[in-house]
Amino acid sequence: MRYRIALLTIVTKEVRRFMRIWPQTMLPPAITTALYFLIFGTLMGQRIGDISGASYMDYIVPGIILMSVISHSYANVVSSFYSTKFQRHIEELLVSPVPNWVILAGYVSGGVCRGLLVGTVVIGISLLFTTIPVIHLGLSCLVFLLTAILFALAGFINAVFADSFDDISIIPNFILTPLTYLGGVFYSVDMLPELWQKISLANPILYIVNSFRYGLIGVTDIDITVALTMIMSFIVALIIFSLYLLKKGVGIKQ
Amino acid sequence: MKALSIRNLTKTYGNGFTALHGIDLVVEDGDFFALLGPNGAGKSTAIGIICSLINLSAGTVRVFGHDLVRHSEKVKQCIGMVPQEINFNQFETVQNIVLNQAGYYGIAYKEALVRAEKCLKQMHLWDQRHTVSRRLSGGMKRRVMIARALVHNPRLLILDEPTAGVDIEIRRSMWQLMREVNEQGTTIILTTHYLEEAESLCRNIAIIDKGTIIKHSKMSDLLAQIKVNHFILDLADRLVKPPVVEGYEIVQLDSQTLQVGIPGEKGFNQLFSELTRQGISVTSMKNKSNRLESLFLDLVGG
Repeated sequence: MRYRIALLTIVTKEVRRFMRIWPQTMLPPAITTALYFLIFGTLMGQRIGDISGASYMDYIVPGIILMSVISHSYANVVSSFYSTKFQRHIEELLVSPVPNWVILAGYVSGGVCRGLLVGTVVIGISLLFTTIPVIHLGLSCLVFLLTAILFALAGFINAVFADSFDDISIIPNFILTPLTYLGGVFYSVDMLPELWQKISLANPILYIVNSFRYGLIGVTDIDITVALTMIMSFIVALIIFSLYLLKKGVGIKQ
Repeated sequence: MKALSIRNLTKTYGNGFTALHGIDLVVEDGDFFALLGPNGAGKSTAIGIICSLINLSAGTVRVFGHDLVRHSEKVKQCIGMVPQEINFNQFETVQNIVLNQAGYYGIAYKEALVRAEKCLKQMHLWDQRHTVSRRLSGGMKRRVMIARALVHNPRLLILDEPTAGVDIEIRRSMWQLMREVNEQGTTIILTTHYLEEAESLCRNIAIIDKGTIIKHSKMSDLLAQIKVNHFILDLADRLVKPPVVEGYEIVQLDSQTLQVGIPGEKGFNQLFSELTRQGISVTSMKNKSNRLESLFLDLVGG
């Protein structure tokens, strides 16, 4: 009961935070994705034609939805937890009888809420341009949720290690964005030379995008069982690592 | 019962600096306890360890019998902490800061609302409850931190320089609040640079210097060690040289001001009689410094 209240307090605080600044958190992804759909889907897509039997617009919709989930679940946790450290109100949590798993779950849930909310907004925008068949609803929802959890966890770890505001933008700019664009959002890995196809298999975003695409339109480059196993493995590894960092007090205790 | 029991507490930071060299400290339940020391003496490190903000290197800390390492959640449940620096979210309202803290302690929202109202009224902040905290004055921000620390009814309240930088009027009103909290049964540990504050509020005291406890006693016992009290006398007329009165140390500070050391066993009467006899008229008199301050400086070699 006590932990549930503490968890709810952190989650409510986090949701209130990103809703308070909704013009910064909700509006930009809606505009950006509308432009993606307009330029890549409608204007260029007509010339590109079909990929694996799906229209180019339908092919890129799952990846673009997940791009927004990835970037916003990550950004929410990394900026919020780093600000908490920077302004020292992390001490409010450290002096309280809140177990580490509740702190982690609270911040990750905040990131998941924002990721899913932005993802839902993007789904709404995409419906203005195309119809999404949703072949496997359960799988789509699962991947949607797991993606938000995975990248909220990654954002948390980034925030734990960050010593400056620069540190919270380096990973998203130089690692996350390239991985997202190279994760098969706009193309099928089958279109790449064999060497690059093998290199692409090391990119976790490839598994996520393909799983979600399979759920929505029934098209994938990757075996779904392998993809889900990879996603779950990443999540478990990041949870264990995050709890270890909190236990040791890395970045938050002296 | 002991509110706090520290044994052989040692802290060595990652850079090799040892801030605490195996200190021992006991604070009884219900006490108002002063922990004093110069800057960098180890006070904040000790408090940081007790409040789980800093990991200890060696030793044990027990709060109301609960071991800090083995039962940290029980220890945290007992402690309320008011830090030196402002450490709440400056974008939250005053009420939300207190409500969030109650939530972290597992207090249900309805109950938290009642407690927040009580604490904010006690700190004279109820009218500011919807104000975003960054808009508050320095004194109000400090009171927010006290209200936040009290919302879960801690048995041990730790105040790390709570009145630093606040004006004298607010400081006095905060003293009154702290006395009230202590009278209601909460044990208080206070660190402060205002030694007058410690002398006025605290019953027991420890002085820490260079990571070692150099004094741990009752406040009254410590003050009884004062052998000579120093006073500043303002004179009606100019003096060419200081008067000589047997048994008193007299130093002329300027032509109309004297500093007089009065031994504990001697009184004022003999001094004033002798000064009157020498034709010296005193217009006013004040303490050279706070009594505890003199002792403190002697102990830490200031």
